[in-house]
Amino acid sequence: MTAFLAQRLGQAVIVLTVVSFLAFLLSSQIGDPVVSILGMQSTPEDRAILRARLGLDDPFLIRYLSYMGNVLRGEFGISYANQRPVADLILARLPATLELAGVALFMSLALGLPIGIYAAIYRGHWTSDAILTATVIGVSIPTFVIAILLIFAFSVTLGWLPSFGRGQVVQVGWWTTGFLTESGRRALLMPAAALAISQVALVARLVRAEMIEVLRTDYIRFARARGLRPRIINLSLALRNTLIPVITVSGIQLGFLFAFAVVAEAVFQWPGIGLLFLQALGSTDVPVIGAILLLTAAFFVAVNTVVDLLYAVVDPRLRAGEATGRPAGGH
Amino acid sequence: MAALSPHSGRKGRPALLASFLRSPLAVFAAVLLVVLVAGAMLAPWVALTNPYDLATLDLMNSRMPPYWEADGQWPFILGTDNQGGDILSLILYGLRTSLAVGVLAVCVSVGLGTVLGLIAGYYGGWPGAIIMRAADVQFTFPAIILALLIGGLSKGVLTPSQQAEFAIPLVVLALGISHWPHFARLVRGAVLVERNKDYVAAARLAGRGPGFIMLRQILPNVVNPIAVLATLDIAFAIMGEATLSFLGFGLPPTEPSLGTLIRTGYQYLFSGEWWLVVFPALALMLVVVAVNLFGDWLRDALNPGLR
Repeated sequence: MTAFLAQRLGQAVIVLTVVSFLAFLLSSQIGDPVVSILGMQSTPEDRAILRARLGLDDPFLIRYLSYMGNVLRGEFGISYANQRPVADLILARLPATLELAGVALFMSLALGLPIGIYAAIYRGHWTSDAILTATVIGVSIPTFVIAILLIFAFSVTLGWLPSFGRGQVVQVGWWTTGFLTESGRRALLMPAAALAISQVALVARLVRAEMIEVLRTDYIRFARARGLRPRIINLSLALRNTLIPVITVSGIQLGFLFAFAVVAEAVFQWPGIGLLFLQALGSTDVPVIGAILLLTAAFFVAVNTVVDLLYAVVDPRLRAGEATGRPAGGH
Repeated sequence: MAALSPHSGRKGRPALLASFLRSPLAVFAAVLLVVLVAGAMLAPWVALTNPYDLATLDLMNSRMPPYWEADGQWPFILGTDNQGGDILSLILYGLRTSLAVGVLAVCVSVGLGTVLGLIAGYYGGWPGAIIMRAADVQFTFPAIILALLIGGLSKGVLTPSQQAEFAIPLVVLALGISHWPHFARLVRGAVLVERNKDYVAAARLAGRGPGFIMLRQILPNVVNPIAVLATLDIAFAIMGEATLSFLGFGLPPTEPSLGTLIRTGYQYLFSGEWWLVVFPALALMLVVVAVNLFGDWLRDALNPGLR
């Protein structure tokens, strides 16, 4: 177990080091921080002084190490576009994205799990085939199209829900939440649903596939042969082992939710990290882009590592050997 | 998508065809695809107006709703835009670009992924380790984020005229690069299985070089799973192009694709001209659904165990 843990953590560190190097490379190759801070009219002398002060004349490796040192202290530099610390910008946007992704994850699991279980148990029945086809359609609609169609239906035609923004938010410490106000909850509904719809389909497909595998195993056959009732076999024996891969699925989902949150946030002008990322891309605000990339990678790696560890806890076979049994997820 | 087994049972052509004809969904998807691809390819001949040629536009026909609405007029079945462009024609031209970008992007992914996967699987060692670690790093980013990053940064680096000139290749590269690890993993896994089989050992003893063994002996055995993944990947690439273009990091508005049409049309959604955005969006859904249904059938047909 310790060896497995060490191996996983080692991999995580390698991946993050590579990503941090790429993020640094990005910020050192694109854009000129001196010009962006002092403006185009600055004199060459002023620029030279600032270059020296910022340490831009140091050797490459030294600059990378100082960049890493800053990152580990939580300092990601100053945004070119807003002249504010990148860390502050990200912290201010973080609650919006986390609330959006959290609600979407909850929706996708709450709907996807039962649908997938049903489709697995009634495999071959026409309702199961219909569900399978519906999920294909579900994964075939890009998030931004779902978002547009939702806005067309519920904002433009019916006028029920707001088409942009977060509504009224309440400040709780440094966190801003939209859960506590009526307008905040209403504003959250459509973006979260737009994010969740294709995820529901993905979760349902994966749960169905996993559960069919489990229903094929010997112990389920023995249970059937012993005459146990189908309900107990399906919901107690089979579901328990189906839930193990579901841990992975939800972990991976969380990552994809972040990715597609970028799209949903753009359509609904949701003031989260995704919108910040797009705005930064639009203005080539490299410090912000680099910081968001690093955080995304760190988040993904953390989720994957935790998922692997949970796997090892639940499935003892993985502890002994090399952990290669984890099914690849997502698309 | 579900697991793809590299050593799937191979089927002869007649069996595959029979299984195709038995599946109504697959036939439906294939017919839909044929219609869409034919419409896209024939666009210059069947379209009423040509978005690349302003002379075909008539401002008198602008802002018309679909013909079944009160102010609609034949032959503008799906209505017109604010310059008098026929929406159905725009969609056909857009489909052309979207399909071309999607197929080319998948070619890039398959090419990169197959070559790197073959090398990683056949040689292993440090080249293999580097390739697979690179894939791992890339897997820590959702593909669409990476494609956005490539599209966005290239916009920051290139001049506007360069951007317009290289818009299509850039989107193809951004989408292609963002998905190669999927193919590399698949091919490497398959090669690891095939590498130790007797026929490879026999070829090696017969003095065949690694290039011959990889391309002529191992590759044909992994063609099936590559074909399945590539088919499903076309759906990803078409959605990816649309997403990039919609967000403003893909094709410019002058280059009609499904994504740019939706981007342009979305601005008119709140002024009531819903047909400008809804029909291109539906067209996008239709293509992707057709590709996905067909790809799913192909996977099940080549891998009977999965269903």
